[in-house]
Amino acid sequence: MKPGEIAIVGAAETELGALPEMTELDLHADAARRALADAGLTLADVDGLTSAVHSPIDVAHYLGITPSWYDGTSVGGCSFLVHVRHAAAAIAAGLCSTVVVIHGESGRSQKGRIPRQRGADSMAGQFELPYGVVAPPNTFTLPAMRYLHDTGQTIEQLANVAAVQSQWADGNPRASRGTAKTVDEILSAKMIAWPFTKSMCCVVTDGGGALVLTSRERASDLKRPPVYVLGTGEACDSPIVSQMEDLTRSKGFRRASAAAFAEAGITVGDVDHLMVYDAFAHLPMYGLEDLGFVGRGEAGAFIEEGNTAPGGKLPMNTSGGGLCYTHTGMYGMFAMQESVRQLRREAFKQVENVHTSVVQGVGGMFTAAATLVLSDRLP
Amino acid sequence: MTVADKPVPVPTPVTRPFWEGTKEGELRVQKCDACGKHIFYPRPGCPFCGAADPSWVVATGRARLESYVINHLPGPGFKDDVPYVIAIVTLEEGPRMMTNLVGVDPDPAKLTLDMPLEVVFEERGDQVLPKFRPVEVKA
Repeated sequence: MKPGEIAIVGAAETELGALPEMTELDLHADAARRALADAGLTLADVDGLTSAVHSPIDVAHYLGITPSWYDGTSVGGCSFLVHVRHAAAAIAAGLCSTVVVIHGESGRSQKGRIPRQRGADSMAGQFELPYGVVAPPNTFTLPAMRYLHDTGQTIEQLANVAAVQSQWADGNPRASRGTAKTVDEILSAKMIAWPFTKSMCCVVTDGGGALVLTSRERASDLKRPPVYVLGTGEACDSPIVSQMEDLTRSKGFRRASAAAFAEAGITVGDVDHLMVYDAFAHLPMYGLEDLGFVGRGEAGAFIEEGNTAPGGKLPMNTSGGGLCYTHTGMYGMFAMQESVRQLRREAFKQVENVHTSVVQGVGGMFTAAATLVLSDRLP
Repeated sequence: MTVADKPVPVPTPVTRPFWEGTKEGELRVQKCDACGKHIFYPRPGCPFCGAADPSWVVATGRARLESYVINHLPGPGFKDDVPYVIAIVTLEEGPRMMTNLVGVDPDPAKLTLDMPLEVVFEERGDQVLPKFRPVEVKA
């Protein structure tokens, strides 16, 4: 794929929150129809489809279409960023022309779920689950104490990640936690897995979202302003958190972002807007450091100085993120949706002069990672 | 909730020497005959150099506290145990592993990163789990 060769021409989310009347397949179908309507297209235009956990064939058949290309890569919450990368390559290679990337998850109501349990003879079943872990709130959080210790940062700075993001969600009726909170309020919330209180862990919701991708040439004939895919990356670390290469750095973040930035031909100085997958409050700190926006150990102070807050020079997680806006279990779709909204000038808290937006996703417990560089302009 | 409700690991052909070791009171890890590195979790080949069939050796059982959470959200069968410490420890031989800390209060003031630990063994169903406790500081 050449930078800008492929564009996002449709984007939409379903209703969010508690949707007990909808199964996961229903959420997929609703998301796909909304995104296609946004693009001014119909199911008849779709010849490529992606989904995670649920087979893309199950989803296609439920929708009543027969795609000639599909991808069911299922690597956790960043699967949908990976799908965008794969779809862009497939369109560029001529395997298909119009792909709908779909997410739907009943994380809260648990309707129509495919069981996600790991067997007692799996590596996690033998070497993690016997220790009373309930992934992810007490698994994904495990590296944080070592990270804070080695980088000289504090639990207050960790809590402040959630406080700043609550400023972005403040007043948004679509946000699960739509009220600004102070660091003290976040630290005094119910304890989940010390040092993480409930406010430092993501919300748990039902919802879905979808993107429609096609070629730049086709995009110019459609009704919505195109969001161009300038660069993409995917990477991996360890399937079980105790074995990640370095507890204080994400190998996946570093590799995926390096690939995406190189493909796009940009550096951190070119980035106007950033989404970092925030299932838990330490992830944006890792993201700022591993993507190279700040030096090691500088993320907490950078956030405290207001750089990522409304009015700051690097607006980050501007929907409120997984901590405040929504988190179905695989949040990556919603990070991409906010980047598209910002680049199309339709965000709830719109940032001025956004032209280059970076989305950093993670899957599993630092297991998988993917990065997208998106822009409203051709390079 | 009883111990019977807690997850019990099921060994595989590759991991069986580890679980046979814990029943003997030994913490066994693999060691690559080619590059000399210790390996955990058990695998059919060395993840560092690619050599096949690593050997099994008995680790000292000494470790240090790498990272932890004090968990208030109980896993299956752990309802009566909260809060409890889920930790990552680094063995003297190099590999890291997840475990529970025992013999210490679940209190941040008592849990200092890098504190020395030693392995203890606890029955879990038909298996024996390695856990870790602080090493007594001799006066």
